[in-house]
Amino acid sequence: MHTMTPGQIRALIARGKMRDTLFQALGIICLAIGLMVIFLLVGDMLMRGVERLNIEFFTEFASRRAAQSGILSAWVGSLLVMLVTGAAAVPLGVAAGIYLEEYARRSWVTDIIEINITNLAAVPSIVYGLLALGIFVYTFGFGQSILSAGLTLALLILPIVIVSTREAIRSIPAMIREGSMAVGATRWQTCRYHIIPYAMPGILTGVIIGLARAIGETAPIITIGALTFIAFLPPVPFTATGMDGASAGLFDWVMSPFTVMPIQIFNWTSRPDPAFEVNAAAAGFVLMGMVLSMNALAIWLRYRMRKTIKW
Amino acid sequence: MQTQDITQPQHPLKAEARNLSFYYGAVKALKGINMPIHDKKVTALIGPSGCGKSTYLRSFNRMHDLYPGNRYEGEIRFFPDNTNLLSADVDPIEVRMRVGMVFQKPNPFPKSIFENVAYGLRVRGLSNKRLLDEKVEQALRSAALWDEVKDRLQALAPTLSGGQQQRLCIARALATDPELLLFDEPTSALDPIATGAIEELVHELKKRVTILIVTHNMQQAARVSDYTAYMYLGEMIEFGNTDEIFMKPNDRRTEDYITGRMG
Repeated sequence: MHTMTPGQIRALIARGKMRDTLFQALGIICLAIGLMVIFLLVGDMLMRGVERLNIEFFTEFASRRAAQSGILSAWVGSLLVMLVTGAAAVPLGVAAGIYLEEYARRSWVTDIIEINITNLAAVPSIVYGLLALGIFVYTFGFGQSILSAGLTLALLILPIVIVSTREAIRSIPAMIREGSMAVGATRWQTCRYHIIPYAMPGILTGVIIGLARAIGETAPIITIGALTFIAFLPPVPFTATGMDGASAGLFDWVMSPFTVMPIQIFNWTSRPDPAFEVNAAAAGFVLMGMVLSMNALAIWLRYRMRKTIKW
Repeated sequence: MQTQDITQPQHPLKAEARNLSFYYGAVKALKGINMPIHDKKVTALIGPSGCGKSTYLRSFNRMHDLYPGNRYEGEIRFFPDNTNLLSADVDPIEVRMRVGMVFQKPNPFPKSIFENVAYGLRVRGLSNKRLLDEKVEQALRSAALWDEVKDRLQALAPTLSGGQQQRLCIARALATDPELLLFDEPTSALDPIATGAIEELVHELKKRVTILIVTHNMQQAARVSDYTAYMYLGEMIEFGNTDEIFMKPNDRRTEDYITGRMG
């Protein structure tokens, strides 16, 4: 074996460092490309749509005249659909996740369930739309309503909620669970006092990421038959509706026809009049804003809740 | 197995292992252990790593029931009611309500100091604020922690030092008045000063509760315990008065371990 001279050692290091630099440059370029595309898209939408971004845009219904069109029914529809989606997906997903992590004994049945939950996350959203059309719209008779749309999107994000719940639970050290069981707690007491509160930051993050995905979904909502043009809002609880003047019930709004942001955008882009493209860009920017603020909310909640939890 | 005083116990028994074996799946981790636990005394379990002393300890509060594939054979008789703690008819939760445990690493819940101690009481359905206050103070005093935390009961438990956290875990176990208290190497994560405080506490606590303690530290066993059991490869090699085990062990293997020739 021969010993390297200092000159050889330096040459070797120089070659290694050059590769370091090369790789670093490559990484920065890739990152820049990704970020630039996003900024260009958002910036482009903003510039095209900025002239329509005023208060009226949010308070007006869609209209045949582009300049007077707004997204009132779309953003209200999106929010209400998200409300139903969250109300359905969170209890179902969290309960399923807790059951799988804390109660179910490992067996081939739970293995199959586990694999299928992962598979469910990969099912194309249009398939959920077809399923919902058959089950919610026709079999259950929910019609083309906010309820049908909310439940469809709940199915879509259920795997995300289940997986994030399980991951959040798994990050809780076993010694915490043992500490609780050791004083004589039941499984449910352990879940209620410890597992659920400590997993909450992770669960919330998963829920919001799921909702952020759901709010942008178009295909399944079109499949179940959301309207593309709608000039009224769902009935507000306990207010007079229609001509008979009867008061709306607390949950009447869930059966109302609706439209959502992505459908409104889709509708505007398919119009021949180029003036509507401005509306589409403005609405696209608003939708981006909704998604980003949901993500920001997730990050903030996680940060706040984790401050009080450390092992 | 050598026994020095099973035939004529000087003290009434709190518990007794009878031909206790334990399996992790197909692996036999405990092999037919017979051993008395004397009432209001400290019994230490010593032996090299992997000898089964923690496995044995965790049988007393059925901790193994939390994980699938574990199986017990034999009995642990619990007195005065002569219940078999390992019986399939006895709910592990009932066992854990009577047998408290302190773990190797302090494991306070990420909640307030007060809630940590009150937890066992809440689990038992106690919600009267005055009674909770009283019991929590009592438990913290018994764990020699009251003076250090009485002004910040609402502070988060993980903000305490390691030694304080371990005493908090002892208070948590004491709050529900267990009949038997299990310590699983309670000082292995602590510095010498905190260790000394825990040892003193163990000495104080045996006036009111029976204690079974696993330790990897032989000096500690000699200092705190009345009885000592030496375990090796899942077997109980020797059990007796701590003085006798350390001064004149009967079994060659015990002697080798104690004198540092093995383990």
